[in-house]
Amino acid sequence: MSELLIKNGFVFDPLQGIKGDRMDIAIKDGKIVETNTLSSPSVIDAAGMTVMAGGVDVHSHVVGPKVNVGRLFRPEDKLFKSPFKTCNRMEMGFSVPSTFKTGYDYARMGYSFVNEAAMPPLHSPHVHEEIRDTPIIDNAAMPVFGNNWFTLEYLKNNEIENNAAYTAWLLRATRGFAIKVVNPGGTEAWGWGLNCDNIHDPVPYFDITPAKIITGLIETNEFLGLPHSVHLHCNNLGNPGNYTDTLDSLRLAEGYTPKNNFGRDQVMHITHVQFSSYGGDSWKNIDSQAKTIMDYVNSHDNITVDMGQVTLDETTTMTADGPFEHHLQSLNNLKWVNTDVALETAAGVVPYVYSPNVKVSTIQWAIGLEIALYSNDLMRTFITTDHPNAGPFTRYPRVIKWLMSRAARDETMKTFKWLNRTIESTTIDSIDRELTLYEIAQMTRAGPAKALGISNTYGGLAPGMDGNVAIYALNPENMPSNPDMIESAFSRCAYLVKDGIVAVKGGEIVAEPPKRTVWVDVKVPENAQVQRDIYEHFLRHYSVGVENYQLFDEHLHNPRVIEVDTTQ
Amino acid sequence: MKTVTLTLENPPELYLEGQNITPDNFAGKTAAELAAIDIWEGKLKSPLGKHFAVAGNGGATAADTKIVLRGDCTRVKRIGQQMTAGEIVIEGNADMYIGGWMKGGKIHVKGNVDSFCGIGMEGGELIVDGNAGHHLGSSPRGEWRGMQGGVIRVAGDAGNDTGTFINGGTIIIGGDADIHISTHGEGGTVIVKGNAKGRVGGQMVKGDIYVFGEIENPLPGFKLVGEVEQEVDGVKGRFAHHIGDLGERHPVSKGKTVYANLYTQI
Amino acid sequence: MAKKIENVGCPFCGVCCDDLVVTVSDDGKKILEVENACIIGSTVFHRAMEDRHALPRLRQPDGTYKEISYDEAIDYTAKVLQKAKKPLIYGFGSTNCEGMAAAAKVAEKAGAVIDNCASICHGSSFLAIFDNGYPSCTLGETKNRADVIVYWGANPAHAHPRHMSRYSIFPRGFFTGKGHKGRKIIVIDPRHTDTAQVADIHLQVKQGHDYDLFDAFRTVLRGHDIPDEVAGVKKEKIVEAVEILKKARFGTIFYGMGLCHSDGRNHNVDIAISLTRDLNDFTKWTIMAMRGHYNITGPGAVWSWQYGFPYCLDLTKRDIAHMNPGETSSVDLAMRDEVDAFINIGTDAAAHFPIEPVKHLRKHPWITIDPHPTMATEISDLHIPVGIVGVEVPGIVYRMDNVPIQYRKVIDAPDGVLNDEELFERIYQRLCELEAEDAAKTPAKTTPEGVRAGE
Repeated sequence: MSELLIKNGFVFDPLQGIKGDRMDIAIKDGKIVETNTLSSPSVIDAAGMTVMAGGVDVHSHVVGPKVNVGRLFRPEDKLFKSPFKTCNRMEMGFSVPSTFKTGYDYARMGYSFVNEAAMPPLHSPHVHEEIRDTPIIDNAAMPVFGNNWFTLEYLKNNEIENNAAYTAWLLRATRGFAIKVVNPGGTEAWGWGLNCDNIHDPVPYFDITPAKIITGLIETNEFLGLPHSVHLHCNNLGNPGNYTDTLDSLRLAEGYTPKNNFGRDQVMHITHVQFSSYGGDSWKNIDSQAKTIMDYVNSHDNITVDMGQVTLDETTTMTADGPFEHHLQSLNNLKWVNTDVALETAAGVVPYVYSPNVKVSTIQWAIGLEIALYSNDLMRTFITTDHPNAGPFTRYPRVIKWLMSRAARDETMKTFKWLNRTIESTTIDSIDRELTLYEIAQMTRAGPAKALGISNTYGGLAPGMDGNVAIYALNPENMPSNPDMIESAFSRCAYLVKDGIVAVKGGEIVAEPPKRTVWVDVKVPENAQVQRDIYEHFLRHYSVGVENYQLFDEHLHNPRVIEVDTTQ
Repeated sequence: MKTVTLTLENPPELYLEGQNITPDNFAGKTAAELAAIDIWEGKLKSPLGKHFAVAGNGGATAADTKIVLRGDCTRVKRIGQQMTAGEIVIEGNADMYIGGWMKGGKIHVKGNVDSFCGIGMEGGELIVDGNAGHHLGSSPRGEWRGMQGGVIRVAGDAGNDTGTFINGGTIIIGGDADIHISTHGEGGTVIVKGNAKGRVGGQMVKGDIYVFGEIENPLPGFKLVGEVEQEVDGVKGRFAHHIGDLGERHPVSKGKTVYANLYTQI
Repeated sequence: MAKKIENVGCPFCGVCCDDLVVTVSDDGKKILEVENACIIGSTVFHRAMEDRHALPRLRQPDGTYKEISYDEAIDYTAKVLQKAKKPLIYGFGSTNCEGMAAAAKVAEKAGAVIDNCASICHGSSFLAIFDNGYPSCTLGETKNRADVIVYWGANPAHAHPRHMSRYSIFPRGFFTGKGHKGRKIIVIDPRHTDTAQVADIHLQVKQGHDYDLFDAFRTVLRGHDIPDEVAGVKKEKIVEAVEILKKARFGTIFYGMGLCHSDGRNHNVDIAISLTRDLNDFTKWTIMAMRGHYNITGPGAVWSWQYGFPYCLDLTKRDIAHMNPGETSSVDLAMRDEVDAFINIGTDAAAHFPIEPVKHLRKHPWITIDPHPTMATEISDLHIPVGIVGVEVPGIVYRMDNVPIQYRKVIDAPDGVLNDEELFERIYQRLCELEAEDAAKTPAKTTPEGVRAGE
């Protein structure tokens, strides 16, 4: 079959501790192999270039109903903004790109796996239809649990085993990947136009606090031993002074240790932590508490975080945090989509302009970078923009530039209207740290893959793993003096090899190898009570039949199942 | 200023999309080069010269370039789209999007235009001697930042949806206007010298509207607050002053709520 | 032995009932009984096998139809698409999302305009959503929480027969154990419809003046005075209704063609959205379009993820999609003589369009893709029969609240009949072949088609 040899590149593979050694990577039949097993490979000369595993995105809103309404209700996001066609299909949209553009652009950046951040379970067939139309990259999708009525009822009564059985059922029903939690309790309260103000504020009618939902889901997750941990979007996100709520949420993980067979070390992933690291008590005096948050994260190794970096673009915010989007709409008065999803979750979508002329935007920009720059362990701190909330994923290369170059940060800060106020309210100006290519590889491949529990397949270059390799035109021994060259190198990789097939060459798509849907199938003992509860809720409260709710096999595309057996 | 004359000799079967017909694109090009620029009819891309006889060279810059269109351009869209300077004269009618997203310069249409003319306009001047269709000076679909500046002057009537999401600039309609004027507006001025059919200023936050004639169906969200004497587009008159839309949100500036103003001539 | 198939989705309206039980004959070819469906839904199943054709039919010079093979029909269609400068592919109210995705691929390859029935239906809702958003919910939310229901310009008693019983007025949900007794119903309609008969309050708005009435509602909601009568409704009535809206715990406004197809169209919906947003400063309110066909929500979803626009997509430039209803909408294109070929799929344009645009479209090749003979097939140049989605073809459809429902197949399509997805895939393949033949005839282009623009 097909053989490929990537010769003489500078290889960065944190999963194996390889720090820029000049070596060859061999791929046979789509998998990484030892170089001596190849007989007559085609060869890519990577001399003078950086070689990493294909990128792994831990958190990005790329497929599903709220992403799609973001596309639908923003025709202006397409006007005069789309590039001309270079691929098989048209590529439309800037902040919320079409599925085709999403796949192509991730591939151009050297990514091979993207984890959809929130799947409303009722809409799972929609999510899988979009996954089918997102070329090249492998996808997983996390169903949301934090406001699900089954979950609230089981956890109120401390029924971890029942909640675990339900969780396993829902992961299978939706072909989902992990437990996503968004504003636990608060989104259910939003069903009445309310919110949970902090993690001890009980959910109306359900008699449970957000804190108990979070700990209950951690216990459920470790009871099942899922590949990924609980993936939490904190309560009171996006509001000044919320860092205390975030610390309260972080402390909930104390005393829990990971139990899994997937090499994962954390029990809680806090996503887009930038949005949850605000001091002050109003938009007037908001300041950065990134250091406080990262001091805690640095000293507790059962936590991982991703940045949620603000990129200073006009973008589209979208989250299952329904009350937050309503609040945001009241601040900027722009069009607002809301969808409450029966028994499960909600979603809001509002366009947002992060401007270098707006103080809050530039403070948010600084906080995001501080999160990464204060991290002592970049295997636990990942690059995201919470796409498209803080900016489109196509800005990752720019985020990398800011992280790798103090000069680049200074250059951007020069454009700030409220530079002094930004410097006073943050510590960004006192940080000289510049991250290395090895650290970038940690933040964009090895770390996320480990946290997602897929580091046996993705995020590294050890024999046996998927043949996903990104090659960037950057020479670590002779890095460009102009930081913009870093951004352009990461924007358009020299090569992306996906499953052993060259998908990108010279920054452009040259092939569209088949993509996969990754999901987690958990075997649990028969649970008659949970079966009855499912029957009852579907009979009385759902608007679709339970047989039609569960994804038909014909709507699951090119699956890769990760099996977990709790019955052993 | 140099003049390029385009004469439509070979009219399209369908419609032509002439977004390349702007002083910006014509500047610095000879007649022969201009005959080669792209023009679209559906999916068919052709050189401009296939449809138009091109006479004269472009000026050195857009500001130095004047384009005169002759022949029946009723089926030519997008003339002067996104132009920043210079001048276009259309001797007869033209189709949609004339002066769309215009930033500067001047367009003079001696006949009628169809819908979406002057949409997303930021500056410059669009003058229509005849009638205009719908969505005159409106915002493109979904865009909340509508007309920002410039002047649109239509001698005849305008269709519906004039100045939706208008933020700045001035639209003057010599004749009557159909329903929806300055809907969602947050600034700018619309002057209707004839009658307006209704829904004048619906969901409007800020900005001014003048109607010299009658409003057939005034909105309940506008309230009469007094009378004022004003000079409007060179005409002095007394106007009843209404504020609204009281159903819409309004900003507060220096302790006072800012409303949109609707003036009707007494 | 007859076979009972449960959990069957109904291929009629946007309510997308998925609890039908269909009994079919042992050989899987006949439908014997349909349970749980309304009379219209049941009729769709029972008439499925009437008047079917197993082969495409091509119009002959003498005006009659002659049966041709699928290969010939596909070749004809591909050549019509290739030859036209601006072909229009319209319809899709009654097919599955798989078919819509395949058709979009064809439209992109052929450089066509692709549009769906929303264009003459809830398209004005899209325009309002573009401008003002859409604070909405799934129908289960309304069932479980709502204590106030508004039907504005909609008559579900006739158009969506099971809407009121499944989701809005009558069902008992989690927080709504009293069902109908616990809910207030407001109907706003110029006519005293059958829906108005179940209303606690019926406001008979003057036809075409809904916008004025909404403006009055909003003005009252913000504490301002209004004239004694607005749009034919007395002030006291308006104030009373606003109080009910404000005091709701959870409300949903369902609106229909009364807003979308009276003067102002999208603005009526737009201001309804503004009212819904305002009400969320007091309590919880949601709004929802009463979408017509069972999968007319589908193309809006599919083409949004593929191109970013829900309808009226001009793909003629092949590298960039353009949408502007009023220009790129089917009826406008037809009226202005802006298209030169027409493919009518999964709807009956001849029956639904005004007569003038039909006359304009008829000047050019007209191809109809539909399981049954329709008014459109009577005037078409080519009729290509396909399987009936929801009866003979499974697939995903989107309910009026954007919830995807997985539809099943209950019987086989007539022997040899393709489904929409297969048909469009084959048209696509034929287009690729024709393109390759053309490329072989003409010398290679010197410059690449697309140049990547900087961002």
